[in-house]
Amino acid sequence: MALRDKVVTLAHGGGGKAMRDLIAEVFTDVFQPPGSEDQARLMDEALREPGARLAFTTDSFVVTPLEFPGGDIGKIAVCGTVNDLAVGGARPLWLSAAFIIEEGCLVDTLRRIVASMAEEAEKAGVRIVTGDTKVVERGKGDGVFVTTSGIGVIPPGREIGAVQVRAGDVVLVNGVLGDHGATILAARGDLALSSDIQSDCAGLGHLMEAALAAAPGIRAARDCTRGGLASTLNEIAGEAGVAIELEETVLPLRDEVRGVCEILGLDPLYLANEGRLALFCPADQAEAALAAMRALPEGEGAVAVGRVLPAPAGRVTMRTAFGGARIVDMLVGEQLPRIC
Amino acid sequence: MKFASEFRDPVAARALLSAIAAKVDAIGATKAKPLHLMEICGGHTHSIFRYGLDKLIHEGIEFIHGPGCPVCVLPMARVDECVEIAERPGVIFTTFGDAMRVPGHKKSLMQAKADGADIRMVYSPLDALELARRNPSREVVFFGLGFETTTPSTALSIQQAAREGLTNFSVFCNHITVPEPIKALLDDPDMVLDGFIGPGHVSMVIGVHPYDFIARDYGKPLVVAGFEPIDLLQSVLMLVTQVAEGRAEVENQYARVVPEHGNPVSLSAIADVYERRPSFEWRGLGEIDASGLRIRPKYQAFDAEEKFGIGYATGRRNVPEIEGCACGSVMMGKLKPTQCPQFGKGCTPEMPLGALMVSSEGACAAYWQYGGARVAAA
Amino acid sequence: MCLGIPGRITAITDPARLMAMAEVSGVRREVNVACVAGNDLDALVGQWALIHVGFAMSLIDEEEAAKTLEALRDLGEAQETLEQMAQSERALA
Repeated sequence: MALRDKVVTLAHGGGGKAMRDLIAEVFTDVFQPPGSEDQARLMDEALREPGARLAFTTDSFVVTPLEFPGGDIGKIAVCGTVNDLAVGGARPLWLSAAFIIEEGCLVDTLRRIVASMAEEAEKAGVRIVTGDTKVVERGKGDGVFVTTSGIGVIPPGREIGAVQVRAGDVVLVNGVLGDHGATILAARGDLALSSDIQSDCAGLGHLMEAALAAAPGIRAARDCTRGGLASTLNEIAGEAGVAIELEETVLPLRDEVRGVCEILGLDPLYLANEGRLALFCPADQAEAALAAMRALPEGEGAVAVGRVLPAPAGRVTMRTAFGGARIVDMLVGEQLPRIC
Repeated sequence: MKFASEFRDPVAARALLSAIAAKVDAIGATKAKPLHLMEICGGHTHSIFRYGLDKLIHEGIEFIHGPGCPVCVLPMARVDECVEIAERPGVIFTTFGDAMRVPGHKKSLMQAKADGADIRMVYSPLDALELARRNPSREVVFFGLGFETTTPSTALSIQQAAREGLTNFSVFCNHITVPEPIKALLDDPDMVLDGFIGPGHVSMVIGVHPYDFIARDYGKPLVVAGFEPIDLLQSVLMLVTQVAEGRAEVENQYARVVPEHGNPVSLSAIADVYERRPSFEWRGLGEIDASGLRIRPKYQAFDAEEKFGIGYATGRRNVPEIEGCACGSVMMGKLKPTQCPQFGKGCTPEMPLGALMVSSEGACAAYWQYGGARVAAA
Repeated sequence: MCLGIPGRITAITDPARLMAMAEVSGVRREVNVACVAGNDLDALVGQWALIHVGFAMSLIDEEEAAKTLEALRDLGEAQETLEQMAQSERALA
């Protein structure tokens, strides 16, 4: 063990021995990338299939606190990019991981983050094959920022995307909504709320494959991250040129999430998720897709929440428990806690 | 959720809706000649739209959305003062999330935060008090806004700060009261209201008697109402029943929370810490006599107006509001949000011109968000 | 205005500052109970209060809540009877 420091300093970003020790012991010993070149050289049998396509995505992750019930920034960074590949119909294969570390970050914190990335990557069946670290002065970062990019392969003939969505399709979600957003609000501590909610953070690659196997007609899927289910559905409705109608009475919500929302005056439809997706499929395949999702832990709570209507294009509405209807619009900024 | 979900029962709602319809028909109110009921409180406005009650109820009932949203009636000059305090060196400015996006003349608190001011959203004035304890070298200012519901919380926080001898905590008091603007509305010659849905949570503090003058002097009924959809519908039924029977009384639908005489501890904390200002400016409504509170001299060590020389007491008032903004007329029920020439054009939630578009309780934002206008047009 | 929600008081956390723990659907937050505290603080535990900005503002009167719900049930039955009467009138007409 050459790395004795407990805290990251600017020396760890200086290009010298301290940096090499940090990278070797905290990162590469765990991720074990193939080879020692600055580039990963990759081959997978899936690429040889005629008609197979590459899928490529990137995402940056910032979260306060870095660690929270049910996950940490590392877990989110792996799951988020895996999910971006999976919902497009790709099988995730390789990830890169770049870290911007703020001076003063504890080495032990980094180790835990890296460990959970490795664990999550293994679960998802992806390898972290290349990466980078930079250190910034105290006050110029928020502990750690992580950027992951991912490459996956879309099998020949698989064509899913928002433009495929048709009137009559059913909207499915894979479980209760808003757990992640509510967890983060409580974990930040400045609102002094406590509860037993955990983040829903999860990789959805296997879930997507299972759903696609059971319901090959699946038109589109999208992970419901920032802005929650409401924002995701607005995006899809806009891109597909259709209307979407949600049913309030069947929306899956945990009591605690309702509680957080009642206290702070928030709408759970807009709370962030890190392991939830909205899936669009033809009505006659909805039951098969639901059954396939429910067979997996990350799809236990799968349920149909709405349907696609022909018009008006881009509009998302919700039928309330009272038989009324209201528009579920795009959020203007972020949701703020309110007293009135 | 106990004491909430029972009051969201669709079956009970149907019974109430048909009972209301029968009474409205008996009175002879129609879409062309509706009964105008004002829900004073923005929380009620929010519930009406969230549950779509405006569309479910008999068309002979028209809801007029009143001035009971503290953010909506906050003049731009007050926001400017908040920004000025927040930008002083050493200040931690704390506020409820509601006030963050309200536009000032130059910027909102959100923009001031981006420019470097230390502005923090809190859930409670107690959290501001805790920040003051933890940051003895900083001056922690809490933006006290809101009606009688919220006033006791800042009064009790000031009393607590005094007991602890804190010297770095102060409240920028912009608290306002409900009965005075109602009187101002009733005195307006153009006003045509047939009854009021009274604010439930204000009333749990002040009780039901401060509204007696509405029934006695103006002959209008008022029913203090809870915030669940069933509460609102039941209150409407109580109001139309009064109209049908030719009565004008103050009734209490929300007796599970609202005691007849209010909450004595809250009332005495308010009386101990605050006194009335001679008058206070309301956005869109102008100056209203005795409608605002200020901190009494005995607590001046906790008064941000005194500490910073900023605020209503310093005489810099009446900065003109944005031209073309019809928030005032909307709040008085003279215009519907969609009749404002700026609605959806110069004024949207992205770029709000008037305060009614800012707060999610503002009538205009509610119309926009829940599609009052767009659903009707579809 | 004035977001307020029913919460159950589960424990007294700081008698000197009149602070207690309140629970709303499994979410806990420390609240000030000055407005609802009688002479016996411990008597608050188990009671429901209306919570606003970190303060228990008013105890919820369970009897009054029950009365309101009962009035609604009566109304529901009355409406049903009325509708049945209207239906049979239509049938006879």
